[in-house]
Amino acid sequence: MVSERDIEHIAELADIGIIKEELDEFTVQFNRILDYFDILDTVLGDCGYEQDRYNVLREDVVSPSLPQEDALKNAGETEEGFFKAPRVM
Amino acid sequence: MARSRIFFSPDDRVNAFLTTCPEPEYGTGSLEGLAIAIKDNISTKGIRTTAGSRILEGYVPPYDAHVVSLLLAEGAAIVGKTNMDEFGMGTTTENSGYGPTLNPLDTGRVPGGSSGGSAAAVASGMVRMALGSDTGGSIRCPAAFCGIVGLKPTYGRVSRYGLIAYANSLEQIGPMARTVGETSRLMQVIAGHDPRDSTSIEQPYCHTPDKNIQGRRIGVPEEFFGAGVDPAVAAKVWEAIELLEKKGAEIVTCRMPGMAYALAAYYVTCTSEASSNLARFDGIRYGPAVDTKKSWHEAFQERRGMSFGKEVRRRIMLGTFALSSGYYGKYYAKAQSARQQVKLDFLRLYKEVDVLAGPTMPTIAFRLGEKADPLSMYLSDILTVPANLAGVPAISVPCGTVEGMPVGLQVMGRPFEDEVVIDTAYAYEQAVV
Repeated sequence: MVSERDIEHIAELADIGIIKEELDEFTVQFNRILDYFDILDTVLGDCGYEQDRYNVLREDVVSPSLPQEDALKNAGETEEGFFKAPRVM
Repeated sequence: MARSRIFFSPDDRVNAFLTTCPEPEYGTGSLEGLAIAIKDNISTKGIRTTAGSRILEGYVPPYDAHVVSLLLAEGAAIVGKTNMDEFGMGTTTENSGYGPTLNPLDTGRVPGGSSGGSAAAVASGMVRMALGSDTGGSIRCPAAFCGIVGLKPTYGRVSRYGLIAYANSLEQIGPMARTVGETSRLMQVIAGHDPRDSTSIEQPYCHTPDKNIQGRRIGVPEEFFGAGVDPAVAAKVWEAIELLEKKGAEIVTCRMPGMAYALAAYYVTCTSEASSNLARFDGIRYGPAVDTKKSWHEAFQERRGMSFGKEVRRRIMLGTFALSSGYYGKYYAKAQSARQQVKLDFLRLYKEVDVLAGPTMPTIAFRLGEKADPLSMYLSDILTVPANLAGVPAISVPCGTVEGMPVGLQVMGRPFEDEVVIDTAYAYEQAVV
């Protein structure tokens, strides 16, 4: 069972805003879904998912890539060729 | 450079398209001049792409997805971007940030999802072919609900470079069309290795569908006809399977015990992967801008709270929770074990049979607004998610109607035997034509 406080905490971890009015509905729905996930407790074994795949590597050779102006085109705010972001501190 | 153009101004009463290209250029090749619609989570250079979300409102990709480059190289005319559940999260296209798409066969019903726009565009005749993507059934479900053909390729056969990621270990871009032949034709263009997708496999698809089904062993898992599957839908699908038997196939009933956990394993895995994949949407590099005067977390919480829909926020939070310390073992790790069991079920069955068959969806298309509760919506994916968990090819082909609405026959095959899946669907289609 997760509480409304737990939901608020998870939302903070994920940087997702939820408003107070949504909190109750989210919590109820979340718990119903987690109850359904309880079926996984009956899975025997610990085998993990085996993918027959291997890491794909390449030589460290410079090849054409996205030009800087194209990379900046969709940005909300830029400054001197950089993306501008909110303050970290 | 060829400068031929077609003119495209469809009467789109079902909101299939989010963006249309009224005069697209086309070149020469096997798809020369053919109008193709592209699901809006596939990047198209210079053409607005939203993934059905407000958080990408105004985004214009600076590059083409690999499959789009392939289509253009074969002369296709890209006529528009189709509506979808936001980031692929949904079974009805009702979760689009730009309004739902309606089912062209009954506009009071959903077209299925998340590739609902592509399915509606094909079913209504606006285009003959479209690309969709399938993470847990998102090509096959709308194909079934709209009465068209849709193929989810074997994982790795079609490059995901340029597909806006939802759940990387589960999803594939795939062809949707009116007939199996056209589906196969489109698959031939888009399949093949791409070094920019490190999960891409070297296995081109070069195949003409063959309707000879003599001796093909078709497994029918009991679990695909269990409680929750509408009896009228089940009966229609059985009729289709029996027709294949009359044409020379051998029907073998079988069991897939892993089905008990498949849906839970799917939803834990896809939400976990989504919580990571969608972290990039922060209003800095693309989409409506974040307020840089606010502090980091405040700014992101505000932008993501405002611009992600409820279902997306719910799934990101579920995934964050399932991966968090203290819960990872209970949810994510267990889901991977369950996933392996589903895969082993398939491999075990494929020693005895060539393909598996059953209904694509447990019911006909729902009415708009019918599935208000998230869990009841998730439960309708039960028949489609196993193929994504195991990475096997799976197709939906129309097999009749119930209450006037289409029903889909699903055929699943061995990994990398997409050709056999296509052939089996073709055998059915040609038997009723």
